[in-house]
This record gives sequence, C-alpha cells and structure tokens, in this order.
Amino acid sequence: MDASNYLYISALLFTIGAVGVVVRRNAIVVFMCIELMLNAANLSLVTFSRINGNLDGQVMAFFTMVVAACEVVVGLAIIVAIYRSRRSASVDDASLLKR
Amino acid sequence: MQLALEVGQTATPEAVMFWILGPLSVVAALGMLLVKKAVHSAILMAFVMVVLAIFYIAQDAVFLGIVQVVVYTGAVMMLFLFILMLVGVDTSDSLTETISGLRPIAITAAIGFGGLMVALLGRATLGRDAVGLSAANANGNVEGIAFALFSTYVFPFEVVSALLITAAMGAMVLAHSQRITARPTQRQLSINRFRGKSLGTAAGLPGPGVYARHNAVDVPALLPDGTPAPSSVNASLEARGDMLDYKSFDLAEVNTQIEEEK
Repeated sequence: MDASNYLYISALLFTIGAVGVVVRRNAIVVFMCIELMLNAANLSLVTFSRINGNLDGQVMAFFTMVVAACEVVVGLAIIVAIYRSRRSASVDDASLLKR
Repeated sequence: MQLALEVGQTATPEAVMFWILGPLSVVAALGMLLVKKAVHSAILMAFVMVVLAIFYIAQDAVFLGIVQVVVYTGAVMMLFLFILMLVGVDTSDSLTETISGLRPIAITAAIGFGGLMVALLGRATLGRDAVGLSAANANGNVEGIAFALFSTYVFPFEVVSALLITAAMGAMVLAHSQRITARPTQRQLSINRFRGKSLGTAAGLPGPGVYARHNAVDVPALLPDGTPAPSSVNASLEARGDMLDYKSFDLAEVNTQIEEEK
C-alpha cells in the first residue's frame, strides 16, 4: 500500500475541519474542528516521517500535540469566560467590536 | 509492539485496515459538521482521534499512537465534555445560516482547497516508495524519539514546557471569577422567601413526579386540581426537551381509560 494514501486522508480531514470552523456557530464545535485540523496535520507529519525514514516528523507531531493541549486549555477557558458574561456559546453573539 | 511493527511492514493487512478505517474516519468527521448536538460532535471527534492513533501505530509511530490516545481521547476530549456540561446542554446549536450565502461559498472553497491539497500531496512523494522506519526504530521507537527530543530538539522542548506552564496560568486567570456582591445570609434568604411577590414557593418548589403512577424527575407534578406544575421539573431538562408529557399520567385521563377497559 502506498503511504501517500494517509496524506490524502489527512488532506480530507483538514478540509473538513476548515469547513467546520467556517460553518458551525457553536464555539465548542468550532474548537473541535480546529483540533481536527491539528490532528490532520499530525497525521501528515507522521506519514512524511515514515516516507523519509527519520524520526524528526514524529518529534514535530509530538510538539504539535503539546501546543494543541495548551491551546485547548486557554481556548476553553475563554469560552467559559464568554459564557459567564454573555450566557451564550455561539460565536455570532460575541460581536461587541462590530457595533 | 511487535505486532504493530509487523502490521507496518506487511502491505496487505495495513491496506485492509486503511480501507476500512480511512473512509470511516472521513465519514465521522463529516458527521461532526452535520449533527446538531455538540455532545454528538464530541463523540464523533473522539472516534476520529482513536482512528488516527491506530494509523500512527500502523505507521511505526508507536509512542505517538499511545500519546494520541492518552492526551487526545483521554484528556482533551474529557475537557471538551466537561466544558459542554459546564456551558449547558440548553445551548443547542442552530444549523441555520446567519450570514447569507456562507455555506455554498464555504463548500466551494473547501472543494477547491481539498482538491488542491490532494493534487499537491500526490505530487509530493513523486511515486517514491516509503523508506520505512525500521532503521530509525532499530533501538525502539520510544528510544529514538527520546534521543531526538533530548539532543537536537532540547531547546524547543524546554520552551514548550514554559508554554505549558503559561497556558495553565492563563486558564486559571481566565476562569477565575470574583464575587462582586456579598453572599446572602440565611436570614436574608428567609426574608426573600416570605416577603417576595408570592407565597407560592415559600415552602420550596414542588417535587417532580406523579406519585403512584410515574415517579421520575422528567414528569411534572400534578397539583391538587389535576393541572401540571412545570416548575417542579429541572429547567435544563425542560430546555433539552426531555420533559415528559403529563397527559398520560393525568387523573381524569386515567379514569376514562379504566372506564373504557370496563
């Protein structure tokens, strides 16, 4: 089996995640779609590591996971803070700068 | 681990695994966009993450596969579900468009972008066979990654640890809320209860359930005159649409049923 099949799956998952970020309105679902995009990038890093036969890609994927964990922690704290003040988890309601 | 390495090196079992799990993961990711409730999205997301972990293990990235399961499906998804519970189930996502024409544009752009990515990635390998990681993993995958992490990448590793600590501090600051009014004393609570607008809740709210018929929390209690008391059911159950209809437990309805049976 050609290893680049994993790259196609990774591209598809990344695209689906990008559509989710644009289309969905619930901040938590938007956030999960961002996670999906990060995971898709990780899959392509691991696949390239296998294609090239060294472990640098896996180390990069490891760093991506750590950064994604930080991002989840801060992002969810922001969602909770917005929910506390506005009683809504919809990204359309947080539009104070527009007015 | 031996099994995983074998799966990575033999072509056919990996292809079978890939052609079963690959389409399933894409379908689950698409389902994430289409389902209405955020909890269902989270479950589909967890499925995609487990599939990715299997892909990692199949590609000789055993350490990353285990980390994926532990960090993503273990910690991150639990955090997501925890926040979903905190933010509340009544904030269901409406799937209607708020910006007109957003959805067709998004889908068109996605098809273009996805096509571009797939075409590019098809060229990226130029049909070259994968080298494979059997040489890099000669001393074991964990040892190989540890060597890279603590020699070449030791500075990024330390920076990332600082980032983690900063993120934890930031989350604590963001999630902290200060009480701006004094906590009501028991005396004040009592005064509010009896000097309020009505004495209806002076003895507390009625409990849910129709005794002797259906004593569950999702059925509103019947008042002495047979009317239901919606205030007896938890507000979040009501918002979620899980409140049962009281009609089938109504006394008058039961009486007519019994008479019909006679």
